[in-house]
Amino acid sequence: MRGTALRPRRYSRRVREAGLGYLLLAPSIAVFAVFIFYPFFKNFYLGLYRNPFFPGQPRRWVGFEQYSDVLTSSEFAKSVRITVLFALYTVPLGIALGLALALAAHQRLRGIAIYRTIFSSTIATSVAVASVIFGTLLNPRVGLLPWIGLESTPPILENPTWALLAVSVTTIWQNLGLSFILMSAGLQAIPDDLLEAAHVDGAGAWSRFRNVTLPLLSPTIFFAVIVGSIFAFQSFGQIDLLTRGGPLGDETNVLTYFIYRQLRGTEQVPDEGVAAVLAIALFAITLLLTVIQIRVLERRVFYGR
Amino acid sequence: MGRVAFSSVTKRFGDVTAVDDLTLEVRDREFLVLLGPSGCGKSTALRMVAGLDAPTEGFIEIGDRPVNDVEAKDRDVAMVFQSYALYPHMTVRRNIEFPLRSRKVAKAERDKLVADAAGILGLAPLLERRPAQLSGGQRQRVALARAIVRRPQAFLMDEPLSNLDAKLRTQTRAELVELHRRLEATVIYVTHDQVEAMTMGDRIAILDEGVLQQVGAPQEVYDRPANLFVARFVGNPPMNTVGGQVVRDGAERHVALPGGDVPLPPAQAKAIDRVALQSVVVGFRPEHVTVGVDGPLAATVTVIESLGHERHLVCRLTDGQMVIARQPADGPAPDVEREVRLGVDDGRLHVFDPLTEERLDR
Amino acid sequence: MAVDQAAGRDFWSAGDRSRASRPPGSGRASRVLKTAGRYALLTVLAAIVLFPIYIAIVNALLKPDQIAGEPPTFVPTDPQWHTFPDAWDGGHLGVYLRNSAIVTAFITLGQVVTAILAAYAFAFLEFPFKRTLFVTFLATLMVPFEVTIVTNLATVDSFGWLNTYQGLAVPFLATGFGAFLLRQAFLQVPRDLQDAAAMDGYGHLRFLTRVAVPLARPAVAALAVFSFLGAWNQYLWPLLVTEDDRLRTVQIGLKQLRQTSLDQVNVTFAGVLIAAAPLAILLIVFQKQLVRGLTAGAVKG
Repeated sequence: MRGTALRPRRYSRRVREAGLGYLLLAPSIAVFAVFIFYPFFKNFYLGLYRNPFFPGQPRRWVGFEQYSDVLTSSEFAKSVRITVLFALYTVPLGIALGLALALAAHQRLRGIAIYRTIFSSTIATSVAVASVIFGTLLNPRVGLLPWIGLESTPPILENPTWALLAVSVTTIWQNLGLSFILMSAGLQAIPDDLLEAAHVDGAGAWSRFRNVTLPLLSPTIFFAVIVGSIFAFQSFGQIDLLTRGGPLGDETNVLTYFIYRQLRGTEQVPDEGVAAVLAIALFAITLLLTVIQIRVLERRVFYGR
Repeated sequence: MGRVAFSSVTKRFGDVTAVDDLTLEVRDREFLVLLGPSGCGKSTALRMVAGLDAPTEGFIEIGDRPVNDVEAKDRDVAMVFQSYALYPHMTVRRNIEFPLRSRKVAKAERDKLVADAAGILGLAPLLERRPAQLSGGQRQRVALARAIVRRPQAFLMDEPLSNLDAKLRTQTRAELVELHRRLEATVIYVTHDQVEAMTMGDRIAILDEGVLQQVGAPQEVYDRPANLFVARFVGNPPMNTVGGQVVRDGAERHVALPGGDVPLPPAQAKAIDRVALQSVVVGFRPEHVTVGVDGPLAATVTVIESLGHERHLVCRLTDGQMVIARQPADGPAPDVEREVRLGVDDGRLHVFDPLTEERLDR
Repeated sequence: MAVDQAAGRDFWSAGDRSRASRPPGSGRASRVLKTAGRYALLTVLAAIVLFPIYIAIVNALLKPDQIAGEPPTFVPTDPQWHTFPDAWDGGHLGVYLRNSAIVTAFITLGQVVTAILAAYAFAFLEFPFKRTLFVTFLATLMVPFEVTIVTNLATVDSFGWLNTYQGLAVPFLATGFGAFLLRQAFLQVPRDLQDAAAMDGYGHLRFLTRVAVPLARPAVAALAVFSFLGAWNQYLWPLLVTEDDRLRTVQIGLKQLRQTSLDQVNVTFAGVLIAAAPLAILLIVFQKQLVRGLTAGAVKG
């Protein structure tokens, strides 16, 4: 009597649990399916079409020809170069500065909390806030730079040689808060007595930094490099607000902006097909870069205790 | 010279006084134990010798020179941390080598010193491992090797055995004592474990709430504790302390305890008279208590703890206070709830001032 | 999550310990000098970090010709307070801030709720393909936004959601990162608690709301801050989806403001400060959670 009475109940409990599980996942999966997976796969498909010159006409199937056209074009190559340059300008320096601030603020001084708040404050500045401030600061009509002596003709943001650098500086400043917080957290994970032991063992400040702090900070730095690079590759707001890809045409035309131009069209007619191909390229490059970074850098990271 | 001296050293952290006017000299080649409960200031005192904290007042000497203004890395001391503080990303060899590299010792010399240190501590087969791959005992030895590798004037050890299991602790205790003998170095050893203090130290300095209570050889501290704190802290099971009124009977002096009067030997009687006390606290160690049918104190045996080689008899006095007596485990044990009479061996009674808590017959 | 909790708890107080003391240097006088030097360095660094914000504040209060002048003025002697209401009204900042607030709240709430539900399923329930589904969740972290724009624009358009709050928010209502984070937190709920709750007859809903979420509160708060920041900072999507002023978020609004106040740079600065203020205030209040959220993945690698 026990066997037959219990079994149906136990069976349906597992089913009920599974049902509940799927139910709870459903909202997330629905959003992912519609707005992430479907577009991801459709994107490959979109790249096979070329948009016509005149709006309103149907797309033309061109097949993989569009892929090769776009990916071998010189504009694409230049855009990739600029994107990589941008990442190179902003990521290492951003981490180094964040680390410097974190080290400075990692002391036992009275009132250090104020400084820590100040150093993290740029996290409250959104991309638009930072870009508008810097955009105006670097504007020739605001006379700030000439006073410091950093004058240039044409003015910085309109100067093809310096524009990318200017955008990079804005980005670095904007990310200082985040970088500082990350590095600070990493520093705090280093046990005090290790540094004290090094001190008693005779190591001076620089030696302690190089032999104890830096190795133990390596997981954090590793994380910052990977995440920082991914963010750098996906930067968009600063470009749009400061140089619109220009100043003269494509000196700051990072891949994201290139894609945007294809969608909203500045001079050219919008071309979704090209945008789709570029987007895939961006994804592939980011993935590749991340994998390379992991392979190359992780060997030098020290994990564990 | 490996002498270390504290001269009226006080350390304050904001409102908290961690070390209060400590004056203490550690002789060259001495193994001095700083003993005390948590928060008594012993670790702080050690850190001040290392140079990790600076005294608020007073000064510290290492060798013959005051080192208040000398940075930790320039003092000739080595420290073994409670957590061992091994550099997790370096091999055992590099860990041991580190103090030498910091002092720019040449490679050939370094290798020799590291090999020596590793040899003394039996670490030779482990040199290329990382700390994470070692057992607790092995890590502790690496910490020791790192400390001895440059033969400093003094070794500072902060509860180095507390992270080991009991068996390993006993074994390492003996090894440390032997190491000390072999190195002929000064050791300042911090612990809260009075067994370690008693078995390892040449002298013990007991601290409570930043104040030095007593300093002396283990036997001296055991036999003549300077105050109630030391009396109760050193010795396991702890000394029995009972308060009572002084009874003057002609030339004799007794102390009226719950359950009976206990006579006082002349030296202590004199001390009591000198200070004209009415009440005192007497102390007597469990091994000096006799349990039998005659004796001054009436008590009832409540619990008998049998330890194999000896018994602990927990006895209740007439007012409910508990007294512990130790007996060797031969002969029959008394029955529980049996009324007995307790006595204290001659000359083994300690008398303390109830107010100042100090020993009366110093 | 023990490590990031520690990071959050001690972050702002680490270093400012009243038990702090000065290790020996070389003489009392030089010790004082060293401390002064440390403070000086910190102050210089702080000044550099704050400089753009300081300039923004100053310039918001100057007259346009003062701003363009050389040498630049560093202290406003005749503060132009009118720039702030000007920016607010002329720049429609009220509308933009409201839009940003609505959309951000929508997204943050959505992400937190869907993450809690998904994390609960992954942490406490058993069902077929659980592992595969979890990997799928993680996979969404790999797909960069740009790849989805084109299709999402078309999808949103087909729903009729262009230039609407739904269009701005719905694509972001779920988060793989959030599910991952909260699953970690839920997994730390002790087995005993689950057993006790089961014996007490707690259904899943009660267990979720009375036990799991309260215990995972630090992680949930961290996720909320993280989602909030991400949503507030969105730029590209709002740029593409909103077509007129009614729906603009504050990030795009600032772009608009800059264009319309080309001659009145001080008004632009005032607008920027107004736009930055809500975030600054919120972040000061929720510092701890912020730190936890951002360091959730970092310290242990």
